[in-house]
Amino acid sequence: MKFDLKKFFSRKPKNELEGEAAPQPAPEAPAEAAIPEKLAEKCEKCGQIVLSADMEENFGICPKCGHCKKIDARARIRLCAENFEELFADEAGGNILGFPGYDEKLAALRAKTGEKDAVVCGTADIGGVRCALFSMDYRFQMGSMGHTVGEKITKTFEYAAEERLPVVGFILSGGARMQEGIVSLMQMAKTSAAVACHGEAGLLYIAVLCDPTTGGVSASFAFEADIIMAEKGALIGFAGPRVIEQTIRQTLPEGFQRAEFLQEKGFVDLIVERKEMKDTLAALLKLHAAPEKEAEL
Amino acid sequence: MNAYDIVLKSREKGRPTAVRYISRIVDGFIELHGDRRFADDAAIVGGVGFVGGMPVTVIGIEKGEDTNDKIAHNFGCAHPEGYRKAVRLMKEAEKFGRPVLCFVDTSGAYCGIGAEERGQSEAIASSILEMIRLKTPTLSVVIGEGGSGGALGLCAADEVWITETSTYSVISPEGCASILWKDSAKVAEASECLKMTAPDLEALGAVEKVIPERGFCDEFFEDLKADIARFFRGKRGVCLDELVRARYERFRKF
Ligand SMILES: [Zn+2]
Repeated sequence: MKFDLKKFFSRKPKNELEGEAAPQPAPEAPAEAAIPEKLAEKCEKCGQIVLSADMEENFGICPKCGHCKKIDARARIRLCAENFEELFADEAGGNILGFPGYDEKLAALRAKTGEKDAVVCGTADIGGVRCALFSMDYRFQMGSMGHTVGEKITKTFEYAAEERLPVVGFILSGGARMQEGIVSLMQMAKTSAAVACHGEAGLLYIAVLCDPTTGGVSASFAFEADIIMAEKGALIGFAGPRVIEQTIRQTLPEGFQRAEFLQEKGFVDLIVERKEMKDTLAALLKLHAAPEKEAEL
Repeated sequence: MNAYDIVLKSREKGRPTAVRYISRIVDGFIELHGDRRFADDAAIVGGVGFVGGMPVTVIGIEKGEDTNDKIAHNFGCAHPEGYRKAVRLMKEAEKFGRPVLCFVDTSGAYCGIGAEERGQSEAIASSILEMIRLKTPTLSVVIGEGGSGGALGLCAADEVWITETSTYSVISPEGCASILWKDSAKVAEASECLKMTAPDLEALGAVEKVIPERGFCDEFFEDLKADIARFFRGKRGVCLDELVRARYERFRKF
């Protein structure tokens, strides 16, 4: 659908973060494409210099202090799964509403990340159990959900229902992608319907909420899973903390909206350290895949 | 009217709110309260009554009319218990084979400490999921602001209608301008870009019907009532699996 563009909008947006509940901007990730030979980096928590190769090998966990930095969608898959085969890799939507500056932004993000949008989908083995999975990427507008993200996740659930596979979702998102307007809002409903159909077929869906999970994604498929895991310390909520502080005009208590807080309030099944993620997922998948015959004995 | 004029109009004082629509359209309305878990959220008004002689369940997001009333209804910003009440009433409607009619008017679900503590995300996610799979006919009418996930929680329906100066959007134009352009003065531009007005939404397929408001005269309510009754009558005797499948396709096309 084509709409009129206003010339004076052609100026580029300054902010990379989107969504109704965009969290505080994270420190700009090192532009890996620009510095291919980067050898060392500074831990954002303890400030110590660590070898990038060590950091990479350790799945983004600081070897000095144990802090988990954000990792991209494919690193997350490598951390938890084997024999990954990508699906729907060619899905790449455009500027549906003709939103000013969005074409340029998409092009820049695609060039910078090498991904077409903010989610990577496919099938893989976790603990020897074949599953469908999707993994969201913080580098792509903080995992904001527009048509492409919604479409790929929907297709993943539809494929999994067809093939009778469990779904594991590594979720990370600042919310909806506002440049896609109502179309991005509709992704919440579309993905929810696909989650429901997969669930009605008696199949397992495990959501792993990473830092951050807020806005339209948290108010749809993130909280529709059978089992909701969260990475230690992850920010999880409907509204971002900044939005809440502006609304209620008071400072939020320490630890508010962190994974531990959500578990205490009854919304997260279990909190898992990054290092234990794979084993925990494997145990849960194996349990659900156990033949019923054994249970009858 | 440009998009920003419509945004202002959708929030205008004196515009009929959900309670007025219910009183004009639903006969013999009996309000039912509470989510049976935590509390009764006055931002969401629900109950049962008749439309054109048919029993229906009706749920509305109520902003309140005067200042005290607005405070009582939390300005139409629902808490998790509001969405949980809506789901409870929808499931009840499904059980008794009644259609569900929703009137939607909210700037968004409430952002606050209690709302987060009680799982605003989970409540909205469940509301979308339950509504989109509900085995009974559903119709949502946006009568003012259709603000983001807070509106979508009650808009996962067979059809969504909108009155001509209402809006439906992923984010408020104020939020869009401040996040995207760091400039709250660009609200008017954001209103245009978001394609949040009735004609744009109809062109995008996000709503099935745009209802002329005619100054919210008596005929407006009478005709809307007749249209709603006709819509539900048309769903009588349909295969419920087919209905849910069609609803899946309605949202799948996006
Ligand atoms: Zn460190």
